[in-house]
Amino acid sequence: MTAHNTLATPKSRAENVQRIVTPEGVEAWLVESYAVPLVALEFSVRGGAAQDPDGKEGLATLLAGLLDEGAGSLDSRAFHRAVEDLAVHIGFGAERDSLSGHLQTLSRNVDQAFALFKLTLNDARFDADAIDRVRGQLAAGIKRDANDPDAMVAKAFREAAFPGHPYSRAARGELETLERLTRSDLETMRGRLFARENLKIAVVGAIDAATLTARLDEAFGGWSLRGDLAPVSDIAVHDIGARKIVDLDVPQSTMRFGRPGVAKKDSDYFAAVVVNHILGGGVFTARLFNEVREKRGLAYSVYSQLHEFDHCPMLVGGAATKNERAGETLDVLEEQCRLLSTDGPSLDELEKAKKFLTGSYALRFDTSTKIAGQLVNIQRDGLEPSYLDERNAKIDAVTLEDARRAARRLLGDGKVLVAVAGRPQGIS
Amino acid sequence: MSTQTSAAIALTPGATAAPAPGAPGVAHLKLDNGMEIVVIPDPRTPVVTHMVWYKNGSADDPLGKSGIAHFLEHLMFKGTKENPQGAFSNLVAELGGQENAFTGYDYTAYFQRIGKEHLATLMRFEADRMTNLLLNDDVVGPEREVVLEERRMRVDNDPSAQLDETLQAVLFAHHPYGTPIIGWNHEIEELSREDALAYYTRFYTPENAILIVAGDVDAQTVKALAAQTYGKIPARAQAPTRRRPQEPPPRAERLVTLTDEKVEQPSHERIFVVPSYTTAAPGEAEALDVLAHILGGGPASVLYETLVGEEKLAVAVGAYYMGTALDDTRFYIFATPADGVELKDLDIALDRVLDKFVGAQLNEEDLQRAKTRMIADAVYARDSQVSLARWYGESLATGLGVADVTDWPDRIDAVTDASVIGAARKWLDKKRSVTGFLLPKETADA
Repeated sequence: MTAHNTLATPKSRAENVQRIVTPEGVEAWLVESYAVPLVALEFSVRGGAAQDPDGKEGLATLLAGLLDEGAGSLDSRAFHRAVEDLAVHIGFGAERDSLSGHLQTLSRNVDQAFALFKLTLNDARFDADAIDRVRGQLAAGIKRDANDPDAMVAKAFREAAFPGHPYSRAARGELETLERLTRSDLETMRGRLFARENLKIAVVGAIDAATLTARLDEAFGGWSLRGDLAPVSDIAVHDIGARKIVDLDVPQSTMRFGRPGVAKKDSDYFAAVVVNHILGGGVFTARLFNEVREKRGLAYSVYSQLHEFDHCPMLVGGAATKNERAGETLDVLEEQCRLLSTDGPSLDELEKAKKFLTGSYALRFDTSTKIAGQLVNIQRDGLEPSYLDERNAKIDAVTLEDARRAARRLLGDGKVLVAVAGRPQGIS
Repeated sequence: MSTQTSAAIALTPGATAAPAPGAPGVAHLKLDNGMEIVVIPDPRTPVVTHMVWYKNGSADDPLGKSGIAHFLEHLMFKGTKENPQGAFSNLVAELGGQENAFTGYDYTAYFQRIGKEHLATLMRFEADRMTNLLLNDDVVGPEREVVLEERRMRVDNDPSAQLDETLQAVLFAHHPYGTPIIGWNHEIEELSREDALAYYTRFYTPENAILIVAGDVDAQTVKALAAQTYGKIPARAQAPTRRRPQEPPPRAERLVTLTDEKVEQPSHERIFVVPSYTTAAPGEAEALDVLAHILGGGPASVLYETLVGEEKLAVAVGAYYMGTALDDTRFYIFATPADGVELKDLDIALDRVLDKFVGAQLNEEDLQRAKTRMIADAVYARDSQVSLARWYGESLATGLGVADVTDWPDRIDAVTDASVIGAARKWLDKKRSVTGFLLPKETADA
């Protein structure tokens, strides 16, 4: 049965995706599989930290942290004990543009696990002591990172890149904004975000469509259809060419750099994926790896990646190098961007990048939770299951001319906005 | 789209039961030259995980050459006569694979994840670099700089990592677990091509290596492929021996305080020296594992419910037993104080909770809850061939057998309340521990 299936020519992945629409109108994608007695569910609702009201930054993050801190008749302690007694995994997180949730359970506990999950999604209590506790945990995290180089460059970068935009703010809030958040803020935010029109769900594992349909209606059927999201404007990375230096007394300079990217819906998107792979996406093969690390020993970690916020596609990257050689490292980074922009990739680079990107696609589907996560992302992008079978063809179709055009668009004159934490020499 | 449910392609797990700890199907074989093979069948996907583990890690670094195991791990990507620098990595990338390597205290491992039809190719390249590594000073020099940057990134930029490094050094007065895996800066600076080659020649032998393959492949096929590649490497007669200075009995509790102006959030950590799965008496490591879970394995644990939930002295607290180690190992308790709580008060509270715990009967519900979670986690691990491969690799590289992994859930299930309390009394003795305080500068000066 498996002999003719290879990475290079997989049979249809899409045909194994069942699309479920429940009587209450909840939609989910299901991949039914009994190889391991587990069920994994991932969901995402649109609207995350970017929806935090001004002055109440951290609200979406606090909301995500409180969903499993007591619900229904169970206070926080009783809830956590129930989770452990079933050995279920339940977790939530807030990102910039979404709030996501995760459920994983042994198949024999599916009914009880969904019952707990339903409580978190509909009846989270937001008890005062739980709010204080999670707020304290978030505050401790903020203080822990106050002088962490990675956190410092992330802040300096987003403030320079997105002036006045929700993306410039701290997703988990600031100490003073966390203090302001109340139970009523949490309830309002839940009402704004938790709506079926914003919801994407994927389930992978040992559960049939009929059972899942019933469980989904119990868990999500009570949600209102419409949410209440504030509009977020589109923005491109600002301040290209600027250097934002954050003084920190450490021997190494940590850098984060970026430029405008290419949106997923753009016809050059897959060409941009290929170009990024050649520049800094391939771990041991990329130009940045070879020029910065392999040839010059300037950094342990150096990379670039395409990153798509819903309202801002970006090319971002990072490196960390000793203060004395920080200027040299930034010069090499920008020179590599410029060379790839002006000369384009070679045919050999293009072919190798395409082989990697198509060949490695299967590696994204080797665990239930990874498969479910991929299926949620595809739904968020407004695509059909057929994308699973079409994606590699889109990579394969990228021509040298496409890649050259995308490189010029993506890398322009090679200049980047860069934030640096440390005492860098040769950068001003 | 259809409702077909059992085609064995990447997205859709097949109908065959996957292997797991506790399930049959994991094969343990040996080549004539002494190289061990473990095959973990996973028919759900056409992807294989291919790993080679060497039974040597940073604790086997020669005196004065700290970091050599890790430095060599980096240098293993520098090529051979047949496959010059970059050839292996380029090939893996072209075949759509992912690769990396890691160094621990007790092992060094190299791995790739790739389409199963490429398994034989990977074996050919990995076997080649087991014996044919070529190094010249042109590649050794820049790579040493890369490792120094890695150390700056991991340690020199981060006061909590500096405290952690110091705690390990104080905890182990004699055993090399007290030396960081990456090495001390001044010794990394002096590591040479000759040091790397001497270490390579000593440890990179078939008798010292374990091949782990997880994926949709059967054991006999893997063995046949391995025999054509790894099997061609001549045996060296016997595996290298690991002789490490052992720790004397600890006699004094220790407190280490690190203050740094970059610290704004204080934290507390306590580490005990305890037996590992390899050194413990039967059942004792399992009891320590369950103990760590009951004490600090999440928000339903004793320490969390008491110090975070009831007394509000901490915002986070946890415990962790690092059971996989060749020699006696560590049991960690870590806590983040609530705003305004002094670390010394949190420390006293921790003592009080531990004293009460060892002086009382273990709550049967707490024991059952911990076992349920731990045994379930072994089932969750079956969803990831990489997790399973790592579990077997770590275990075999630290002197355990395949059965120690497959029987683990049964042995956890057999842990009694008396053995948990007994382990806590015997091993969570403060004399066996070092406590670390991470503090802002002004607090310490006050």
